[in-house]
Order: sequence, then structure tokens, then C-alpha cells
Amino acid sequence: MNSVLHDLELSRNKSYRIDNPMGQHAIACGLDAQMQVQIEGHVGFYCGGMNQQAEIMIKGHAGVGVAENMMSGMVHVSGNASESAGATAHGGLLVIEGDASSRCGISMKGVDIVVGGSVGHMSAFMAQSGNLVICGDAGDALGDSIYEAILYVRGEVASLGADCIEKEMRAEHMLKLKEILEISSLKADPTEFRRYGSARTLYNFDIDNADAY
Amino acid sequence: MAMKQNIPRTQPRKSATFDDYTLSEIRRAAVTGIYDIRGGGAKRKLPGLDDLLFLGASMSRYPLEGYRESCGTDVVLGTRFAKNPIRLKIPITIAGMSFGSLSAQAKEALGRGATIAGTSTTTGDGGMTHEERGQSEILVYQYLPSRYGMNPDDLRKADAIEVVVGQGAKPGGGGMLLGQKISDRVAEMRNLPKGIDQRSACRHPDWTGPDDLEIKINELREITDWEKPIYIKIGGARPYYDTALSVKAGADVIVIDGMQGGTAATQEVFIEHVGQPTLACIRPAVKALQDLGMHRKVQLIVSGGIRNGADVAKALALGADAVSIGSAALVALGDNDPELEEEYQKLGTTAGAYDDWHEGQDPAGISTQDPELANRLDPILAGRRLANFLKVITLEAQTVTRACGKSHVLNLEPEDLVALTVESAAMAQVPLAGTDWIPGKK
Repeated sequence: MNSVLHDLELSRNKSYRIDNPMGQHAIACGLDAQMQVQIEGHVGFYCGGMNQQAEIMIKGHAGVGVAENMMSGMVHVSGNASESAGATAHGGLLVIEGDASSRCGISMKGVDIVVGGSVGHMSAFMAQSGNLVICGDAGDALGDSIYEAILYVRGEVASLGADCIEKEMRAEHMLKLKEILEISSLKADPTEFRRYGSARTLYNFDIDNADAY
Repeated sequence: MAMKQNIPRTQPRKSATFDDYTLSEIRRAAVTGIYDIRGGGAKRKLPGLDDLLFLGASMSRYPLEGYRESCGTDVVLGTRFAKNPIRLKIPITIAGMSFGSLSAQAKEALGRGATIAGTSTTTGDGGMTHEERGQSEILVYQYLPSRYGMNPDDLRKADAIEVVVGQGAKPGGGGMLLGQKISDRVAEMRNLPKGIDQRSACRHPDWTGPDDLEIKINELREITDWEKPIYIKIGGARPYYDTALSVKAGADVIVIDGMQGGTAATQEVFIEHVGQPTLACIRPAVKALQDLGMHRKVQLIVSGGIRNGADVAKALALGADAVSIGSAALVALGDNDPELEEEYQKLGTTAGAYDDWHEGQDPAGISTQDPELANRLDPILAGRRLANFLKVITLEAQTVTRACGKSHVLNLEPEDLVALTVESAAMAQVPLAGTDWIPGKK
């Protein structure tokens, strides 16, 4: 199936529907053209992995690493997502209508991720850039060792990780959040969110910060 | 009663425990408040391939004529699942070293040298540079925990993919590229601000353990339409089980890296005290493959302190399909050259000992991002030196192989070897010289 989707002569600007995915892994990964893929059911690991340009709609839940290392395009999950959703993704938009498990947005490198529900512990660990929008709550150690990614949380944060702090929600952030929410088609009021990011105290090694490592 | 005469003074005696190096390290740590970080591999004396000897031909073995009778060196890697296995002219590959830790000129030189010699080179943390891809006929793309620079376009451009689980210098450890080496280009490739320390995680962000890795490898195969061989690189920690689990996870090729294997920047305590010597890793890895019926079906590459053709031949005789070199390749490019002694002295070191590769002040222009220093390295000349070196050690391996009566380097076998020490006999599972005793065997 993936080899058909990779054949640009066949797949470019086409729409596909995948029935009965049966939780299989690596569905619709490595796509590299504008196309729509609708998956009717639950998927296993790495659905939409390394996506470029394609719009992938998952009508169900997603396993580990949905849209991992995505470069562009969009992956939309109507249900919940397992661990490491959007891991290391460089670009594009990942929308999860339900909850996302631990390590959502781990090491993200430019992607925008919107989670309609809550995220598990260690989300945005070592997140480098991009935006993670959490409409529900965040688990422990949110944004541990975060770099330049921006986190928006509407609900409660169980705890912040090393070097992650709450920051002022300025007008430009409100504007960006509003824009991301609109594109994601998830309904939420941007004024209800708080912003978190890096305190930048761990950017260069300092022995007196050793207890933070 | 004490005699009234000059009492001989006891010779000043330094402690074997608190030797000069140890004392200097304590003083350095006390002043700086930071552990020592350096490049390279283990520097301590370890049981190694020098502790093995080839027996050569004799009454019961018939040698091949040097310069006349052929001795093959070609190797095919990735025959298990990949549509397009890698075909090398020599059984010596260039190990993964990152752009960032190395200059673009050094990466280009590695590609040029490897291509002339008919072998592969390997990217590193930080992604693939156009210089490297352009000059490397066969390029292995590393898939690392940080995923710095990882993108599907480069994945498709690669000839093989190497999933890095660990490396010999630091099994179980991540890495750190210090801020002084983060140029604009390095920062852009890694999606991070210039000048900050860049951590490379020790675990992959989206899989844990061999069961998950099997699924990850399946994804990489799907993305690349099952064309490319997939290697798994492991540090020399638990070679038997790590090799077996790599087979289970679906590897086409396994790279096992002993503790003499180099690093761009790691804590001294890690380099010298974690992991096993290369010699101790080879036989357990080969045994795991044999026990699974996968020896020669899943190819084994051995790395970590390979320096010459004798090392190459010994690793192959113990069951490897190929070896990989890193530190030796850098020396061939010009690293630690005595001609630069004056500049090494200014850095507080000496040629042959320079290992502060993380500081980016390499006078040879290799482990630096300083444009002025990097421009000192001519990638064409340096590439030629590497090619010459690769050809020499291949010839050396052939010479030994012919002497053992074998027409291909992969026909070497443990029976061609003896060990000089009990330790090396136990590790290599070959007889102690002059005996038929293999420690651990009844």
C-alpha cells in the first residue's frame, strides 16, 4: 500500500481511503506529495511517519509515534494518540482530538501540535522549536530540558521539567495560538491558555546546575 | 645505635594509585568544577588484537603466492532483506562521524577517500551534508536518538541506514556538542540556536527495546520501499545478547563498536570505564549469529581501534564480515600530525595526544568549525591520503590472508590464530600460543 502512495505518478493530488487498518504499523508513512488519505479505524505505530505535504486523517486512535519526524502537511487523529506523538517532527500540523500519552512532542523541531485533551508525562522533552497546544491538562515534567519550543496549556500542569518556566502571554503569542487553533479546527478560547518555555539556564553547561541534570 | 654518617635518603616514590595523570586530573577537577571531556577512544592499555598472531602456512597448510595468486577482498552487506545490498571492494568502511564534530572539509575528504578505495562512509549526528553525499559513492545515513538533521529526502538519498543504539566509547550514553562548535550552519542543520550546547539523547524518542525497534525498522523500510540495507550499531556492552536482539529486530547488518572506538566528545570516565574492549566483543557477537543460524546472512562489522591490515585480518578471522575505522581515518587525513607540534604545544598538548576535539581548535582543520582552521584541510589531498591508507591496510590484510593459504579475506578463520596471553585467548576463544588450551573450553 505504501509503495502505491509513494508512486507520485499515481498518487499526486489524489484522495485515498484506507478501510480496516486493523492497527497495522507504518501506514501512510513516507508520503511526499499533496494528497488526501483517510484511514477508517485505528492505526499502529508510526502512522504518517516522516510525512511531507500529504493530509492524513485517522478516524480512530493512533499508536506510538504518530507523525514522527513529519516535515510538512497534516496528520489529524480523531481519537487518542499513544506515546511520542509528533516526535522530532520538523514541520506541518499534528492534530489529536483526544488525549496524547507521554512524551508528546518529544524533541520536536518545528511542528505545530494541537491536542484537544490532555498529554502525559515528559511531553515536549528536549523540544527544540514549534508549538505544542494542550487544551486539557499536562502530566509531570512538562517541557523538561526544553529549548526554543513554545507550549500553550489551558488546563492544569502537574509539574514542569528542568528549565521549563511559565512565561508572559504577549499579544504575538495570543495571535499565533489563535491561528494554530483555527487551522486545527479545534474549538478553544486562546485567552484561557498559559504559555511555557525555556528559562535558558541549561543552554551552556554549568557545574552549579548539576542537580538539574 | 645510629651511625654518625650521611644517612642515605630513600628514593622519592610516586604512588602507583595516585600517579601523575591521576593527580593532575584531581587538580584540574578541583579548579574547573567540571569533569574532563575529550575525544578519541580508550587510551588505557587493553587486551587487543595485538595479542593475537596468525600461524601462517606450514606443512599442513598451503600458502598462496603473493602478487600472483588472487586474494579477494570484496564484501556484500545487507543481503538479508534489502533490495539493494551494499557492494564494497574492500572490507573496511568509514565509521559514522558527524558534521559538527568534524569540519565540512573533513567530511568531504572522508567521502573522497572512501570512494577512491571502493568503500562506504557514514554520516553522523547532525545530518547529511551535500559535500559528503556528493563525494561519497556509497553513503550510510545514521539514524540517531537526537534525529538532528534527519529528514526523509536524505533518507532516500542514502545507500544504507544505520540505526545507532550505542557506540563503543560510551555504551548507554548520549553526547554533547559544546556551544563553541555550533556555527550558523551547524545550528541550522540541527534546528537549534547558535552557540548553545547541543545534547544528543542516549535513547531514541519513539521506541524502547527490541520489540519496538523491529517496528521502527519496518517503518524505515516502508519509507524507503525496502531498498536499503538497515544496520544496527551497538556499543560493546553485552555483545551476545545485543547481537541476538538486533537480529530479532530485523537488522541486515550489525555494527559492534568496542571501547577503543572514538568519540567526538565524551566524559573521560565514560570512555575509560564503560564498555568492553573490541577483542572481547567479536566472538560473542559471532556466536550469537551462529547460534541463530545467521552468521554471514546478517553481516557483522567490527569497529573500535582498528589500525592496520593485521587488525583487519584478525577481526575477519574471528568472524566479522568487515571492519570500520574512524580514528585511524582521521590520522590519515592529518589529525595529530607532528608537523603541527608547535600549535599543539600552544594548546597545552603534543602531537599524538591531542584529544580536545570538542573545543573546536584543531590545528589540522579536522575537528573544528572555525573557517580559518577548517580551510587548512585540503579535501582532495586529505582524501587521497585516506585512500592510500585504505589500500595499504587492504594489501596488508591480503598478505596475511595469502600466508594463511586463503584466497579471500573472508576465508580466514579462528583456526588461523593463536593468542599471546591467557586473557586474549579467553576473549578470542583461540588457543594460547604453544598450547592447545582455550580458556573456558574443556
